[in-house]
Amino acid sequence: MHVENEVIFRDAAAKALLDPQLRANFRRAMDGLISKRLAQFPDPRDLQDLRDLSTAIRSRSLLNLPELLEQFEAKATENGIQVHWAETCEEANELILGILRSKGARTLVKGKSMVSEEMHLNDFLERHGIEALESDLGEYIIQLDGETPSHIIMPAIHKNKDQIARQFSQKIKDAKYTEDVDELTAMARKVLRQKFLEADAGLSGVNFAVAETGTLCLVENEGNGRMSTHVPPLHIAVMGLEKVVARLEEVAPLYAILTRSATGQAVSTYFNLITAPRGAGEMDGPQEVHLVILDNGRSRIYADPQLRATLRCIRCGACMNHCPVYTRVGGHAYEAVYPGPIGKILTPQMEGVGVRHDLIHGSSLCGACAEVCPVEIPIPEILVRLRREATHEDAGSNVAGKGTGRTAIEDWTWRIWALVLKRPALYRVAIWFATRFGKALPAGAPLIRNWTRSRTKPVPAHRSLQERMRAEGGRHD
Amino acid sequence: MNEVYFYATCLVDLFYPDAGMAGIQLLRQAGVQVIFPEGQTCCGQPAFNCGYWEEARDVARTQVALFPRDLPVILPSGSCAGMMKIHYPELFHGEPDETQVRAFSARVYELTQFLVDVLDVKLEDLGEPVKVTWHSSCHAVRDLGLKGEPQALIGQLSNVELAPLAREHECCGFGGTFSVRQPEISGAMSCDKAADAESTGASLLLSTDGGCLLNVNGTLEAKRSPLRVQHVAEFLWERTRAR
Repeated sequence: MHVENEVIFRDAAAKALLDPQLRANFRRAMDGLISKRLAQFPDPRDLQDLRDLSTAIRSRSLLNLPELLEQFEAKATENGIQVHWAETCEEANELILGILRSKGARTLVKGKSMVSEEMHLNDFLERHGIEALESDLGEYIIQLDGETPSHIIMPAIHKNKDQIARQFSQKIKDAKYTEDVDELTAMARKVLRQKFLEADAGLSGVNFAVAETGTLCLVENEGNGRMSTHVPPLHIAVMGLEKVVARLEEVAPLYAILTRSATGQAVSTYFNLITAPRGAGEMDGPQEVHLVILDNGRSRIYADPQLRATLRCIRCGACMNHCPVYTRVGGHAYEAVYPGPIGKILTPQMEGVGVRHDLIHGSSLCGACAEVCPVEIPIPEILVRLRREATHEDAGSNVAGKGTGRTAIEDWTWRIWALVLKRPALYRVAIWFATRFGKALPAGAPLIRNWTRSRTKPVPAHRSLQERMRAEGGRHD
Repeated sequence: MNEVYFYATCLVDLFYPDAGMAGIQLLRQAGVQVIFPEGQTCCGQPAFNCGYWEEARDVARTQVALFPRDLPVILPSGSCAGMMKIHYPELFHGEPDETQVRAFSARVYELTQFLVDVLDVKLEDLGEPVKVTWHSSCHAVRDLGLKGEPQALIGQLSNVELAPLAREHECCGFGGTFSVRQPEISGAMSCDKAADAESTGASLLLSTDGGCLLNVNGTLEAKRSPLRVQHVAEFLWERTRAR
């Protein structure tokens, strides 16, 4: 199983690398996002202060997570929001289907939600005769083509304007071909406006859930989030159980660093605070608000003191924008709901470290992700830990699929490696051979073959440094 | 500071011994006696990064034991220095010899870091005019925390023009085992780095780290580029040594 899965990412990435259009789209988009983010943080000390504060807020929220969730549920319920708990994606899907059926709802309009992607909600609802339409422009674009998001914030970032122009002219009824961005947006808007008015229910994600007030915070730029949560008579929100913070004032710094890190915006166009369904005498808003809180492996991650940092994530996407691997292969190559560096640590913890061994080794550990992460998740450190978990069955570890990525060949490689390197006499012999005969190694030998795909063969020096120092008679002590 | 230890690292020992010699000479030129203990092999980073921590610890222990005196340990590599300074304490967390290892880690420096931050060396450029560019090693900067020390040393050389490299802080694609586990992605990163370096118009690309140099050099050679790479220690020594 391990060997088979080792290559999912490698193969998909290799294919993506052969697509010059895709690579150009990502490079241009990511370079733009990097400079926009940088422009929002002119003073590195201010940035570090805000990161420290945000990290502290998220860490403290997680430290008190069980209590905060209880407090949140009590307060939200008091406000009239109906709170549901789901341990698995299947449970969450069934819950949502049940809510929709109880209201006789046949159509659902969706604001953007990565948790609903995690649940594969659209497919599930379609199989049960309910139409789920994405209303975020990027999500709408990819839904037309039956694709999944290639980025958690900008789901259609793998496409350029010309590709979208062609797609709209083919897929939207009565659409004329245009490459004008405003006209394209207007086309989608026209379709979506009608859907907002007709939909029986709206679904959204949640950026922050506030325990003291029972409020759901939703960050967005297009107004589709507000429309989805406001216009239909029924609003269903879904969130991972890690999203809660204690107090409303803690949202301000998190929001400030979220939009700046994500899209380089000081504020988003819309910021929604949803605290209750339509009250008596109020003119608008849904009659019912439901919230589905999903676990899907999160409480297992939560139980590990080091891996818990994974749950600090506020889903800004800065790690992928700055990742040299993501920039080159794009989000689809990961074959996972969450791509990029955060996906590389989140997916294997949810699906099992052995199953997604390919992802945890698909990193040069360069650390660009951790450097920009607004809540300082030590992604390279966690990757190394997961590599450990994939190949060992340590007592006390609770990681999903621990030890299932172990192979005899890798075990023996490191055993022999250590055997030689902890015995200087053996090391000296190995180096002597490498300096004398290293040149003779064929470029097609295993591993060297991988190196020489794009490089010349590395050639050892004629004499090692240690040999030269011995000849020099330098001080050894 | 009269005496220091020098730790070669396996890549410098095998592939860049001239850089190691140059590092030792730069320290001597600054008036420091260099002790080069026998028995050096590898810092253990490859096994550590792959999750084989027992094997990494076994090797690391034998290396720590080579440096018993309370003297600075100087490495011509930001990545290996980062391993010994930052990751050894993690690797030995809860082990019986954690205290000794932590004391060792506190003494570890990357070469240019020691030359600038501790010795505050002043270099006199004796070389011909040349244009170079700088590749910043991810581990040197992000793990170890170098703050422009090598560039400061290059900046002291009056005949050297340092051309800025586009995306200077982007990984070159080496990443140790990553380069052979994910050869396609690694190769794409290396090719982009090589192209960026070529477009600077420099004749030399310098870096603190043998891994990056090996990778970028192999890529440049494969595309028959005239651009060469050199370890920063070797470059500094060549330009400042009295002939």
